[in-house]
Amino acid sequence: MLEEIRSQFPALSARVYGKPLVYLDNAATAQRPLSVTESWMQLTQEKNANIHRAVHYLAGVATEAYEDTREQVRRFLNADSREEIIFTSGATAAVNLVAFSFGEAFVHEGDEVVVSVAEHHSNLVPWQMLCERKKATLKVLDIDENGVLCCETLEKQLSERTKIVAISHISNVLGLVNPVRELVSVCHRHGVPVLVDGAQGVVHETVDVQALDCDFYVFSGHKIYAATGTGVLYGKKQWLEAVPPYMSGGEMIGTVSFEKTTFAPLPQKFEAGTQNFNAVPTLSPALDFARACREDSAVQREQSAILSYVYEKLAADPRITLYGTSRETKIPLFSFSVDGAHHEDLALILDKMGVAVRSGQMCAEPLMNRLGVTGLLRASFAPYNTLEEAEYFIKCLDKAINMLV
Amino acid sequence: MTLEEKKQQVIEDFSLYDEWLDKYEYLIELGKSLAPFPEGKKTEDRLIKGCQSRVWLDSELRDGRLYFSADSDAIITKGIISLLIDVYSGRTPEEIAADDFGFVADIGLKENLSPTRANGLVSMIETIKNVAENGR
Repeated sequence: MLEEIRSQFPALSARVYGKPLVYLDNAATAQRPLSVTESWMQLTQEKNANIHRAVHYLAGVATEAYEDTREQVRRFLNADSREEIIFTSGATAAVNLVAFSFGEAFVHEGDEVVVSVAEHHSNLVPWQMLCERKKATLKVLDIDENGVLCCETLEKQLSERTKIVAISHISNVLGLVNPVRELVSVCHRHGVPVLVDGAQGVVHETVDVQALDCDFYVFSGHKIYAATGTGVLYGKKQWLEAVPPYMSGGEMIGTVSFEKTTFAPLPQKFEAGTQNFNAVPTLSPALDFARACREDSAVQREQSAILSYVYEKLAADPRITLYGTSRETKIPLFSFSVDGAHHEDLALILDKMGVAVRSGQMCAEPLMNRLGVTGLLRASFAPYNTLEEAEYFIKCLDKAINMLV
Repeated sequence: MTLEEKKQQVIEDFSLYDEWLDKYEYLIELGKSLAPFPEGKKTEDRLIKGCQSRVWLDSELRDGRLYFSADSDAIITKGIISLLIDVYSGRTPEEIAADDFGFVADIGLKENLSPTRANGLVSMIETIKNVAENGR
């Protein structure tokens, strides 16, 4: 079964330095199945026309592909309406949109914005810039000793001046599923809306934005097998209607005159300029693939075998410190340090063995400082990875450590 | 040993190893045997910019010749800088400034590093050249 899935990913049969590629950098970007690359090519070759405005046939085909995808994303997230699904260039662009538009409407001097210490720079710097612009204060929510975000700690950070809380569903470093539903409910008790960075979360968890009750949820297409340059912002209609547009021009207007411009209704209000219409519809086969993996018991068994095996090997090794150790909320994403061996050296040696892992700060410098490290090594698995690959990774890691220490 | 002879020796040492993993092992050994670098010298101004790991380089001009010392928190990078300073320490600034550092390409070092690491190597070479040009 897994063989069948792997055969849909040409990248997985690549050889590097004469060895089979073992791709364990999925948290940075996932590989793409043929269904996505073929759709991408078809969109470019056969369905290329600018969407929405023109009356000709091809424009209709392109518009349909684009808008059908919006409906598919809506269903994937279980959003209430298509107006709540905004296409962006990625999670970063989506966070920037909210930080700007929400910030313009609701954040003023002396107000507070809360982010967690474990955020990716993309869910941190836009808020920091907002606070600088508005003379507001950025407050930091800490993690506990296992890397978990706690409701009690969050409640202490909230005040009457808190305007929004931005947290990740799953940290790209810690690989733990945060209790988003509970965290959101704490915030809502205080009347504070929540943005959830789902860049990793949407890949590993079934997301129901209505059940989570979050106010905004963002993710990138390329991490969930779709084309690069695609992304999604989900926002509750009430918020998206209440805040001003982020960028202007193109499709997002109602009427334009030199005296006054009115804006298009949702979702076009937030989709200024020419949209990435050759790429956005690749989200359809990509999300189909993600859903199929979730419903495939063989894939799920392999994933949980990988999780148990790698977790136990890393946690039991006295040379290794694993970060994000809450076992029951762990996903197969492992960041760790090795005593006496630099993460960059390890990554370089693993690379020569055909194993692609990430080393460094992983766009989370404040978290690295919080953990007291200059960087970490990260292995992140996808549904197309096998237990055999996990075993090879552990064997190579051991060899690399022995070379260095 | 002249600069040319020294470079030739490095090229020969490297050619003993076919596999890049073995070459890394060799660089690791070089890194481990590099003379200790005083903690007090690990200052911001001695950091080579453009490297992903931290690399410090210090130089001293004695009797018209440049002597380098260095350190890094990553051992392979330390091996690489160790190789460079082993070749260029004790040379005159004129000799270093006039050199094309071509032996680095001859041993395939730059090509076999990841782009970020290769940029680091370029930065190391640039820094050594700058020191030599300012020392003339």
